[in-house]
Amino acid sequence: MKEKLIIAFAILGALVLLFILIPLANLILSAIFDTQIFIENLTDEVVLKSILLSFLSAFLATLLAFIFGVPLAYFLARKNFYGKCFIEGLIDVPVVVPHTVAGIALLTVFGTHGLIGQFSFIRFVDAIPGIIIAMLFVSIPFIINYSREGFESVDVRLENAARTLGATPFYVFLKISFPLAFRNIFVGAVMTWARAMSEFGAIVMIAYYPMIATTIIYDKFLTTGLDASRAVAAILLIFCLLVFILLRLLIKKKK
Amino acid sequence: MLKIQNLSLKLGKFELKNINLEVNQGEYFVIIGETGAGKTILLECIAGLHKYSGKIFIDGIDIGNVPIEKRNIGLVYQDYALFPNLNVRDNIKFGLKIRKFREEMINEYVGEISKILKISYLLNRNVETLSGGEKQRISLARALVINPKILLLDEPLAALDPNTQNEIKTFLKKIHKERNLITIHITHNFEEAISLADCLAIIHSGEILQTGKSDEIFRNPKSEFVAKFTGAENLFEGISRVENGIAIIDVNGIKIYSTNLNEGNVHFLIRPENILISKQYLLSSARNSFKGKISQISKIPNRESIIKVVVDAGIPLAVFITKQAFEELNLNISGEIYVYFKASGVYVF
Repeated sequence: MKEKLIIAFAILGALVLLFILIPLANLILSAIFDTQIFIENLTDEVVLKSILLSFLSAFLATLLAFIFGVPLAYFLARKNFYGKCFIEGLIDVPVVVPHTVAGIALLTVFGTHGLIGQFSFIRFVDAIPGIIIAMLFVSIPFIINYSREGFESVDVRLENAARTLGATPFYVFLKISFPLAFRNIFVGAVMTWARAMSEFGAIVMIAYYPMIATTIIYDKFLTTGLDASRAVAAILLIFCLLVFILLRLLIKKKK
Repeated sequence: MLKIQNLSLKLGKFELKNINLEVNQGEYFVIIGETGAGKTILLECIAGLHKYSGKIFIDGIDIGNVPIEKRNIGLVYQDYALFPNLNVRDNIKFGLKIRKFREEMINEYVGEISKILKISYLLNRNVETLSGGEKQRISLARALVINPKILLLDEPLAALDPNTQNEIKTFLKKIHKERNLITIHITHNFEEAISLADCLAIIHSGEILQTGKSDEIFRNPKSEFVAKFTGAENLFEGISRVENGIAIIDVNGIKIYSTNLNEGNVHFLIRPENILISKQYLLSSARNSFKGKISQISKIPNRESIIKVVVDAGIPLAVFITKQAFEELNLNISGEIYVYFKASGVYVF
């Protein structure tokens, strides 16, 4: 009986894997077999720069998400207060809203005539800060939620014991709570980075230029057609795959 | 001296109501109560982990505004609260490192306390792979190495096996005395309490019902709850010596035999269910046999079928027998009676 169940589940699982694998493999393989266009794009400075910009912006967005999100996560894990549900709901909203809506919302604040944009000495529209802010907006819920779960799993009594031994709250956070929640925080950061990498809708609304990878794929699709955009997509995919495999190995090693 | 004055606090479903306590330097103070009585919260208040109304003084100074990390109070939790991300040595070092001691000093102190607690061989181990007893020792070492003024123990024996319990008990008594600590130990176990306490307090639903020396509370419970909670009948104090593999306890000139081989001043308990009575002399295997007179016959609330008979055999022994046995034996006040109980039925602590 148990064996039958496992076989049934294995079949269902295999279907899921194929569903993910076939389109990705097909994209990469068909792009590579179209060797000339693939090489052209792989050696195109504009393409490579856009991919680099994607990676860099996503990294900076993750860094900002980490700096601002982790303390908030700790606060939410440790404190109960009136309206906490509202705040937790609010944090989840960027995950749910359509990306174009997020883009418009951000434009009303960071746009040239926006709430902050009109006073800011940093330019957001058609600039790297705009890309980062859009990435940050859609991806920060991940690091907050994962980290909060991590902190919640750290027994308060460990922190209490550390305090009685003479540690200040910050020292306790640094030496006990953060290291114990690190795995969750790290996974949250990876998810945040991944979400930031994949963003397109919100970014093009606030910063079509300088072009990041997802923008250039769309741009090539509109201007030169499927073949060129497919090549860039494949290159981006290969890079992402490498980074993800590397990160998984890192997490495993940590464990 | 630790003094708690009118301490009150409400925390979720837990509540402390107007707690007043005084614990002298060098006093081993046990707070005893059921789960959920508010014991742990009271300890955490002393440690500074909750906001409360009322005052706590240490040596006459109100510590209400002293932050936790400056109170110099050692707190040992029931589940040890060892830091899983640090190994044994780093757990013990934690408080010393914060105090910025030199590395050599830290190693010396860690070495010393580890020797006392017999955990030197564990120093490089991961804390998650240890037994309960080992964890408890490390937790104690970590709290004691910073040389606290007050040691707070939250059910330190509850999760341990009887042998380990005895070892830790002996250690607690010793270190408490050596360092002239104020120790506050909370437990739900009455026997544990009287075996350690200089003084004890009974807490129930967030209120201290009675404070005093253990015998005093036992002999003179001021409320029904205290009486029920301390509930053990037949608790005595005597002097025990071991002869030919059996302990003989002298209490009021009467010799009680026990298979628990503790020597010196001891307390002991005999469960009333474990005492046999008969109208005629019986030749039996029971080591303890006495002739006495019935001094009291009473019913037990909520136990219809059981009669409590108190036999004065030099010491007053409470005996529980069934109603049928009571009727068949035709027992009367002042009637002569023989009592028997086995040496293994005498619980010594």
